[in-house]
Amino acid sequence: MKTKFAPLMAALTAAALFTGTACSSTDSPEETTDPNQKVELTYWTWAPNMDKVAAAWNAKNPNIQVTVNKQDGGDPAVTKLLTAIKAGSGAPDVMQAEYQKIPTLVSSDALADIAGEVGSIKDKFPAGTWNGVTLGSEAVYGVPQDSGPLMFFYRSDVFESNGLQAPKTWDDYAAAAEKIHKADPKQYLGTFSANDAGLFTGLAQQAGASWWGVNGESWTVNINDAATQKVAAYWGGLVEKGVIDNKPMYTPEWNAALNDGTQVGWVSAVWAPGVLDGSAKDTKGKWKAAPMPQWDAAAPATGAWGGSATSVTTQSKHKKQAAQFVAWLNSDPEALKLLATEAFVYPAANESTSILTSPPAFFADQADFYTIAGEASKQLKPFTYGPNVNVAYSAFNDTFGKAAESKKAAAFTESLATMQKTTVDDLKNSGFNVAG
Amino acid sequence: MSLITTAAPSKPATPAAAARRRPAARRAGTPYAFLAPALILFAAFLAAPIVYAGYLSLRKVKVSGLGLGAKSRTEIWAGLDNYTRSLTDPDFLPSVGRVGAYGLIVVPTMLGLALLFALLLDANRTRETVGKFARISIFLPYAVPAVVASLLWGFLYLPRVSPINDTLEALGISAPNLLSNDLTLWAVANIAVWGGTGFNMIVIYTALRAVPTSLYESARIDGASEVAIAWRIKIPIVMPSLVMTFVFSLIATLQVFAEPMTLKPLANTISTTWTPLMKVYRDAFARNDLYAAAATSVIIALATFILSFGFLKLVGRRAFNQED
Repeated sequence: MKTKFAPLMAALTAAALFTGTACSSTDSPEETTDPNQKVELTYWTWAPNMDKVAAAWNAKNPNIQVTVNKQDGGDPAVTKLLTAIKAGSGAPDVMQAEYQKIPTLVSSDALADIAGEVGSIKDKFPAGTWNGVTLGSEAVYGVPQDSGPLMFFYRSDVFESNGLQAPKTWDDYAAAAEKIHKADPKQYLGTFSANDAGLFTGLAQQAGASWWGVNGESWTVNINDAATQKVAAYWGGLVEKGVIDNKPMYTPEWNAALNDGTQVGWVSAVWAPGVLDGSAKDTKGKWKAAPMPQWDAAAPATGAWGGSATSVTTQSKHKKQAAQFVAWLNSDPEALKLLATEAFVYPAANESTSILTSPPAFFADQADFYTIAGEASKQLKPFTYGPNVNVAYSAFNDTFGKAAESKKAAAFTESLATMQKTTVDDLKNSGFNVAG
Repeated sequence: MSLITTAAPSKPATPAAAARRRPAARRAGTPYAFLAPALILFAAFLAAPIVYAGYLSLRKVKVSGLGLGAKSRTEIWAGLDNYTRSLTDPDFLPSVGRVGAYGLIVVPTMLGLALLFALLLDANRTRETVGKFARISIFLPYAVPAVVASLLWGFLYLPRVSPINDTLEALGISAPNLLSNDLTLWAVANIAVWGGTGFNMIVIYTALRAVPTSLYESARIDGASEVAIAWRIKIPIVMPSLVMTFVFSLIATLQVFAEPMTLKPLANTISTTWTPLMKVYRDAFARNDLYAAAATSVIIALATFILSFGFLKLVGRRAFNQED
């Protein structure tokens, strides 16, 4: 028997060895010092037309040539990057990284600290946004590219016929939601979407929450704090009353509702015109943008939904040149203009207000669109993301999905306790120091 | 024995014996040479990943401190920790229960319909007339990928965009929301039944066509009706096919993933751990915890193995030894 199986075992072992060794090669990044040496950088991004922006850089920097590699989106790109980091090779030099993913990427040793190369351009960005790439430390893990300050969008014709003004406070918003739904039971001012944890995070940020934090050598998690409780109770109350809808966003149904005038408002971010252009094209010209409704009208604040930085990966062999490109891309006036007009992003740099002068096509009649956006981005509250944002977000989907379906305000606030526990348990289980 | 002893001298002639043994050894290796391509592919693409998944399920990442600096993550042995975590996860048992209920709806409905359609198509009258067209149209949904089928049905389920709802409302009937708590399971099961019936029908139908018609003729001479023939002759004869389709359906049930995953963004009622396989996906790709995902995968694989082989053992004699 023994000899009979020997060849089989040999084949199995050989195959196992083959698959085992294939992913164990490691190469340590080395700095190139020769300034005249020609280097080639790869850049992973999912923003549209980024190759055109890179072409402008390539034309001026013959020695640092950037090749754009288009990605499917934020989540798949992160999965690919983490796999490459684990395998020891295959990562790009430069990578687009959403703010909420940065702690996860840093904790996986995927992003290089470029404080030495780009630290000097700190003042070109709003402080709240810059905080997102430093995680409150001395290190700099990227340069902010775009930001998504929250804004409020509404159907001005519907507001007018109901004798309403754009809501200044959340109380106004609740009153408007009630009035609109009473006047036409098919119409809703908004929906609570359990699929969009990013929006809820922004709303909590506006109320003053910061879900993660660093306290000495430990992480803190504050998802179930007073500010977030206030936000959850508010939206749960509106859903329970039935004056706003409880269906998820970004479904065929939601698109239809925006287009046929049964969803007449949207709490969203500065990039909303692009979405409305696709989903609500029959209602073009009837929408207006406004600053976010406030908890305290005397101290206006806002949160963010979306936005990303450009980072250099730890596998880059040309860290210095990559950092040069990243700094140019996100702070040079020429690049900012290209980012806004070609890649349709709202640049995070302070200077973007002087570059963006005409409103987006969907809001062609609203000349002050970017003035409102610029004001909003200055009012961003500081918010720290932790190393397991995805765990908290998937817990949000599950618990708030149940709560939205039940239409009970109490279920909304109870969901926060579940999110808090799931997030803390996950951190502790991985071995992170967690305070409290 | 005697022949050999007489033919061979008492002391083997060494060069001659060696010459004779070499081709013999070569002959012994030949089967392995033929098997090698299959074995190598099996080892590289099936055995090795399974072994690696088993290995990963016993490992975990240990983070030290804040976990932010380089080299703050190390992979360590976890023993059976991942398995205990997986089995005691508050989301795991409900997802297993859900799949159980889903299986109780899907398997009997799907196989019942498949058998009914196969018998109807095999009946003398349909065979010659609409048989071919009906066969193809029942089989066609199987050719639609599960994701596409789920998107398609998703549109039909969403009240605002569904033509079914419009029709019902025009008739004055208020349509139920198929993606609400009570009905989601049925909505997902419906997609599986729609997609799977055709395939099972073809398997059973093919088995029916292999039955010699003389059996039916003699039954008819004995005065058996068409229903009696179906019940007493056809069904017992296709029992092995029914057993096989049942095992396939059982495995497909335990692995249900594409349909609920595609419907998830459309509804509040489908959680990220709605089925065990969705939990594997969430752990691996949302939580970046390959180790917990590997442990749950091993548990699902073992459960599938035990259930399908247990069932085969249970029905084996009855299904395969018709003569007894």
